[in-house]
Amino acid sequence: MNSPGSGSADLTRLSAAAMAAAMADGSASAEEIARAHLARIADVDGELNAFLHVSEDDALATARDVDTRRAAGEELHPLAGVPVAVKDVVVTAGMPTTAGSRILEGWIPPYDATLVERLRAARMPILGKTNMDEFAMGSSTETSAYGPTRNPWDTDRIPGGSGGGSAAAVAAFEAPLAIGTDTGGSIRQPGAVTGTVGMKPTYGSVSRYGLIAMASSLDQAGPVTRTVEDAALLHEVIGGHDVRDSTSLDGGFASFTEAARLRDVKGLRIGVIEELEGEGFAPEVRARFTESLALLEQAGAEIVRVSCPNFRYALGAYYLIMPSEASSNLAKFDGMRFGLRVVPEDHPTAESVMKATRGQGFGAEVKRRILLGTYALSAGYYDAYYGSAQKVRTLVQRDFAAAFESVDVMASPTAPTVAFRIGEKVDDPMAMYMNDIATIPANLAGTPGISIPSGLAEDGLPAGIQFLAPVQADDRLYRVGGALEALLEDSWGGPLLDRAPELKGAGK
Amino acid sequence: MTAADTLVPFDDATDRYDPVLGIEVHVELGTATKMFDGAPNVFAAEPNTAITPVSLGLPGTLPVLNAKAVEYAIRIGLALNCEIAESCRFARKQYFYPDLTKNFQTSQYDEPIAHDGFIDVEIPSEDGDGTEIYRVEIERAHMEEDAGKNTHVGGSTGRIHGATHSLVDYNRAGVPLVEIVTRPITGTGKRAPEVAAAYVRTLRDIFRALDVSEARMERGNVRADVNVSLRANPEAPLGTRSETKNVNSFRSIEKTVRYEISRHAGILDEGGSVVQETRHFHEEDGSTSSGRVKSDAEDYRYFPEPDLVPVAPSREWVEEIRSSLPELPAARRRRLLGEWGFTDLEMRDVTNAGALDPIEQTVAAGASAQSARKWWMGELARTAREQDVELDALAVTPAQVAQLQKLIDDKKINDKIARTVLGKVLAGEGDPAAIVEAEGLAVVSDDSVLTAAVDQALADNPDVVAKIQGGKVQAIGALIGPIMKATRGQADAGRVREIILDKLGVEG
Repeated sequence: MNSPGSGSADLTRLSAAAMAAAMADGSASAEEIARAHLARIADVDGELNAFLHVSEDDALATARDVDTRRAAGEELHPLAGVPVAVKDVVVTAGMPTTAGSRILEGWIPPYDATLVERLRAARMPILGKTNMDEFAMGSSTETSAYGPTRNPWDTDRIPGGSGGGSAAAVAAFEAPLAIGTDTGGSIRQPGAVTGTVGMKPTYGSVSRYGLIAMASSLDQAGPVTRTVEDAALLHEVIGGHDVRDSTSLDGGFASFTEAARLRDVKGLRIGVIEELEGEGFAPEVRARFTESLALLEQAGAEIVRVSCPNFRYALGAYYLIMPSEASSNLAKFDGMRFGLRVVPEDHPTAESVMKATRGQGFGAEVKRRILLGTYALSAGYYDAYYGSAQKVRTLVQRDFAAAFESVDVMASPTAPTVAFRIGEKVDDPMAMYMNDIATIPANLAGTPGISIPSGLAEDGLPAGIQFLAPVQADDRLYRVGGALEALLEDSWGGPLLDRAPELKGAGK
Repeated sequence: MTAADTLVPFDDATDRYDPVLGIEVHVELGTATKMFDGAPNVFAAEPNTAITPVSLGLPGTLPVLNAKAVEYAIRIGLALNCEIAESCRFARKQYFYPDLTKNFQTSQYDEPIAHDGFIDVEIPSEDGDGTEIYRVEIERAHMEEDAGKNTHVGGSTGRIHGATHSLVDYNRAGVPLVEIVTRPITGTGKRAPEVAAAYVRTLRDIFRALDVSEARMERGNVRADVNVSLRANPEAPLGTRSETKNVNSFRSIEKTVRYEISRHAGILDEGGSVVQETRHFHEEDGSTSSGRVKSDAEDYRYFPEPDLVPVAPSREWVEEIRSSLPELPAARRRRLLGEWGFTDLEMRDVTNAGALDPIEQTVAAGASAQSARKWWMGELARTAREQDVELDALAVTPAQVAQLQKLIDDKKINDKIARTVLGKVLAGEGDPAAIVEAEGLAVVSDDSVLTAAVDQALADNPDVVAKIQGGKVQAIGALIGPIMKATRGQADAGRVREIILDKLGVEG
C-alpha cells in the first residue's frame, strides 16, 4: 500500500483502510482527505463524467465534524471520515437523485435510503452521486440521460454498467469507496472492466429501502472498492436487517472483514462452472481466469469442475423477470406527484400528461424494457413468460444448491470481454445483454457474487474473476477474494490500478 | 335519469325474468395506521397530511404489512364462515390513474386470505309478520389498500366531465380494506332489492360487532358495488350483468336493484342486449346512468408482489382469533328473541330502531323486556325523532330507565308522572328516584289527602254522583280528572276509585 503523508494526491491513492489508519494515527485529517478527493474530482471528472452531482459543502461539513469529534476524544466508527460516492439510483435526502434519467431531473428526495442513513451514522462524507445507465438498465452506462461515463483505463471505452460511474470514480481515485447496485451484474461487470472490486451481497443482506427499484426480486446494493478488505468494511456498514424492507434478512452472516484478512484458502473447494467458460469468453480474459485459479491451487485450494446445466436459460429468464418487474416499478413515474411533468398544449388530461411525460422522460432502452415487461405480464401471456421464467429461476437455484454440495465457492470469468468502445454495442441490445451472462445466475438465485481484478487482458485492459457462494455465505467470497488479491498483487508487484494510464486532468 | 332508458315496472319485470345479484363490499379497517405504511389511518380534514413517503409511493419506498389488518381480515373471514388460507400472497393490480400513487394497487388476486363462506340474511316475510332467511354464499374476502381521492373542479356535476382540473388527496391512499365478493345470489325473485340491502346491512352489523371498522356507509367506511343481471328463468344461463359502483346507503342499494331490474327488462323485452358496463347511481331520482364500458377481463397484469413475503397464518393463531370472536349480531338477536319473548315483528322493529343495545342494557339493570321496549320504542323513540338523534345519543341511561320503571312497579309513581320525570331526566336534572324525592312527585296514597279531594269532587259534581249511584259506574272517570288536577296528578288513581265507591256505597 502507498504510505500516507505528503500531498493530497497521495491521500487519494490510499485504500479506505489505510485512510482510516492515517486519521487514527493523526497523519491526516478527514478534511484533508475530503479536500483531496474533491480536488481530484474537479481535476478529472470533466473527462470521465463519473459524477452527476458533487456535494462539496455536505462532504466537507461531515469531514470537519469528524475531525472535531476525534479531537474531543469521541469514539468514532472505524470508517468515519472516509469518503464515499453513491450511485444515483439510491435516494439521498436534500441531494438530487436522478437514476440517470430525465424523468427525475432536479428531483430532491425528502428522505434518505437506509444504507445512506448508515453511511451518515458512520460519519462518512458523501462526495456525490455517480452516473449510471438510466434506471440501471444497461451494461455500459451509455443509456444515461446525462452522457456516458468513460473508463479511466481508456476514455474511449465504456466503464461497464449499469454502475459505471461508481466503478470509474473508484478506479480513477476520485473516491476510495462507492455504493453500487446489482440486478444482473451492475456492480460486478463494471468492476471487471475497470480493475476494481465489485461485490453483490446475498439478496436481503443490504436494505433496499431507498433504492429506486428496477427489479424488486433481483436488486441488491453493494460495495465498489479497490481492495477486498475495503469492500468487506463497507459491506459491514451498509448491511443488516431493516424493518422497512420486508425482504431484508435478520442476521445469519459471519464476519466479512475477518474473512477478508484471513489470506488462507487451504482446503477451499472451488468449482469452475462448465457452462461459463469456452466460447463467448475472450481468450485472454479466459487466460487470466485460469492463471488466477492456478495461483489459488498452489496456495492449497482444490479446483474442480461443476456443471450448472440450467445456467444456459438464465439470461432468457432474467430478461423476462426483470422487465416485468421493472415495467411495474416504473409505472409511478407519470408526472403526477414528483419529477418531470410534460403538459401537452391541447386538451391536457391526466392520461395525456402521463403519456407525454413518460414519452419524453424515458430513454429508448427503458421504453424497450417497459414494453417487454408489460407484454410479458399481459393476460394470457403470464404463464408462458413470467410464470415460466420463475420456474427456470427455481431450476437455477437448484443448480446452485446441487453444486454447493460438493464445492464451497464457484468461479467464472466475470464478463465475456474487456471494455468495448463507446457506441460499439449500443445499437445491438442482444449483444449488450450478453455482457451479463456470467453474472445473472447469482441474481436469480439470490446468492452473493464478487468480482476481483484477475489481470490485464485484450488491449491491455482489465479483466475480472467472479466467485459465487451460497446464500448468506458472503464471508467465503471475502476469504477467497482477499487471498487471491494478495497472491495476484504479489505476482504483479503492486495493485493492478498502479498500471492504469494517467488521466489528462484539467491541468493543475 | 337517462331519457333513453325504457323501464318495465318492477312487478312485471320480476314476473317474467329471474334476477341474479352479485355484490362486492369494501370495508375500511379501523387500524391505527395504513395497510402498508405507518401513516395514521384517520379521517384527516387537511388534504395530504396523513401521508409518508411510502403512502405516496415515492421512488425507493417499500411496503411493510400491517399485522393488525391481517388479524381483522381473518376475523371477518371467520365471521363469514370462510376458510382461512394456509398461505397467501399479495399481488399487484396494475392500471394508471392519478389516485393510485404507484399506478398499481397492492391487493390479492388468486390467493385471498379467506374464501368459500356464507352468511344468512334476514328480511321481513312478504306478509310482514315473520322473517325469511336467504343464505348468501361468499366467494372470497381479501386484503388490499385504498386509493386516494380525486376532486374534479369546474364542471357542473363534480364529475370529471366538464371539469377544468382535478385535485388529488392521498390521505386515503393506503388505508386498509377488505373486499368481500359474493357468489351469484339467486332465488331472490321479487325480494332481490330487500335481500341486497339486507346483505350489506348484515355485513355492516358484523363489522361493528367484530370491532374491525366504524362501518359507517355515509362516511365511506363501507362501500357497495351492486351487480344485477336477468335471465328468463332459474334454469337459463346467467345474463349479462351491469355493475353500479359506490352505492352508499341501504336505501340506495334497494333502489339500484329495482331500477336495474326494470332497465334490463326494458332492454331484453325489445330484443336488445344488456351492455356490460359500470354505472353510477343518482340519489336525486333513483336512477342509474352509464359510466364507462367495462370489458370483462380488464387487463390488470396481476403478478405476485415481490416486495412482500407470503402471509401464512398459523392454525393456532386462527383458532385463537376464532375463540375470541364476539357473539355475532344474528346469533345475538336469536338469543335475545328467545329470552325476551317478543314477536318477530317486534324484534325487527326494535333492531331497525337501534334499540337492541339500550333494551338489553335496561333489562340487565333490572327491568322486564316488555317494559324496556315500551320506553325505548315509545317515549324515547319519539324524543329521539324530535331531537333528530340516535337513541343512544339521548341524555338518559338504561339504568335510569330501569329505575324509572321500578318506581312505577313499586307504585311510587304512575305512568303520567313517570313521563314527566323522564322529561326531567333528559333535561339533566338527575336520576328518577332523586327527582321524585326532591320534587315530591310521589303518588299520594295518604287517605286523608285523598279523602279530602274526593269529598271536594263529590260536592262539586252532584250530577255525576247521581249517575254513579244510578248504576253508571263508568262515570267515575269524570271525577278522577278534577281529583288528579287537585292533587297535581299524584293521586293514586286506584285508591281514589275505591274511596269514591266506598263513599257512595256502590260496588265497583
